[in-house]
Amino acid sequence: MFRRYLRLLKVRLRASSLLAMQYQADFLLDGLISLFWMASALVPLFVVYQNAQRDIEGWSFGESLLVIGWFTLLQGILEGAINPSLQGVVEHIRKGTLDFVLLKPADAQFLVSTENFLPWRAINLVAALIIFGYGFHQIGRAPSLSGVAISLVLLGASVLLLYSLWILTVCAAFYVVKVDNLTYLFTSIFDAARWPAPVFRGVLAFVFTFVIPLAVMTTFPAEAMLGRLPWTALVWALLGSLLFAFFSRRVWLHSIGRYTSASS
Amino acid sequence: MSVRGTLRALPTLLRVGVSEAVAYRAEMLVWVLGTTMPFISMALWTAVARYEPVGRYDSHDFVRYFLATFSVRQMTGAYAAWQINYEVRQGTLAMRLLRPISPLWSYAAENLGTFPLRLLLVVPLTLFSVFTLGTRSVPGTAWGWGLFLLALVGGWLITFLANVLIGSLSLYIESSNRVMDLWFAFFLICSGYLYPVELFPPVLRGLLDWLPFRYQIGLPVELMTNAHGLTGALGLLGRQWLWVALLLGLSILSWKRGLKRFAAYGG
Repeated sequence: MFRRYLRLLKVRLRASSLLAMQYQADFLLDGLISLFWMASALVPLFVVYQNAQRDIEGWSFGESLLVIGWFTLLQGILEGAINPSLQGVVEHIRKGTLDFVLLKPADAQFLVSTENFLPWRAINLVAALIIFGYGFHQIGRAPSLSGVAISLVLLGASVLLLYSLWILTVCAAFYVVKVDNLTYLFTSIFDAARWPAPVFRGVLAFVFTFVIPLAVMTTFPAEAMLGRLPWTALVWALLGSLLFAFFSRRVWLHSIGRYTSASS
Repeated sequence: MSVRGTLRALPTLLRVGVSEAVAYRAEMLVWVLGTTMPFISMALWTAVARYEPVGRYDSHDFVRYFLATFSVRQMTGAYAAWQINYEVRQGTLAMRLLRPISPLWSYAAENLGTFPLRLLLVVPLTLFSVFTLGTRSVPGTAWGWGLFLLALVGGWLITFLANVLIGSLSLYIESSNRVMDLWFAFFLICSGYLYPVELFPPVLRGLLDWLPFRYQIGLPVELMTNAHGLTGALGLLGRQWLWVALLLGLSILSWKRGLKRFAAYGG
């Protein structure tokens, strides 16, 4: 069972890569543009710290760079592996072709989630590593081994969280008709994750911790690298992301159960 | 079509635009929710200014600035580039070309049609800003109001015309959505949307005065929050309207030449 899905995933990844390689000019251009995007994402940080010239809510320039590094990494996953499929599902629902997906002898959630990948987004991983390097250079020390290990565990939790949020967004598409801009909404909310969570107070702090747990996705791993993430936070993050995944799976099954095709 | 005919058709086009905005209000809500970045910036900059002001901005000024930014973004938005790209690819542009009025007018009317619905959001927010932060949240003088409204119109025109210019590129290349993405990236950095342009490093600030981006958002926001005296404001407005004129010329030229190459795929 598990091996079958793994093989299926491999087939689909290959198909996406071939598709991407087919348009070589686009491939290069997309790579260049995403490099430019990443560079432009750093500008606000420089502007903020140039004007502050001190720590902001306990985060120095170098430490904030670590948050941006995690943001870049997750952005790559979001835009390379999650968003392209999201657009696909919304299109399926609108055109009524989701029926064909549902008829296939594999889990529908798996099928819609692996429909399309943009492999050139892997460039974000390289950029994230460079940003981490520069960040630690600014701080003036290297990360501890255990810190890196914990942050990798948290990476798993973050991806799970992002993915669950994505499934919930897709479920919204079952109920609202014209939603081709859901990806846009998703990306623009995720954008807040580029700043260390303590910056946000009041309502925003609550929302970004419990409703849309952006703090868990980028601030926690950065803190883990710095070796100052409390153990309780790690446990809560893992429990929370599992709970979120469970919840989104339930909502998905419920929505699929209610789904009546658009064409019939 | 004659100028008179166009003028006669405009009210109807606008009414259609308003009806469309009302019909797809859920979609519009999603768009609006996607423009909440000023609130993130607000949280960030008030954190930066919590202990000492940044430049001439204390934390109240930042709240005022970013509330104004949100409102101005709502009122100067345009999305014609995506529309044109989509319609060129689908071939449905042909349908628009059959009408006796330039598609550019109907794009403009559709974009402006969302305006009344957006005001429902902007007016309460501005009133909130005035009640909590004082009257400096809106222009303090009659000329201030006049110049602010003028800057708002100019800001919308720059956004819309840039959309038309980039959208019309799709008539030459397959899709100009990536060019639009690039424009948008520059817009985010240079327009004053994420931070007041004054806070930019001094070396680059002069450059921003000559780029179109700050005239889309920054200038209307600055005029709304009384950042300039009369002469300073007039100088900046002059540059804004120079960009309007330049983009008007370029976009119409590119659109007309591009249409000659247009062959409706699929249509």
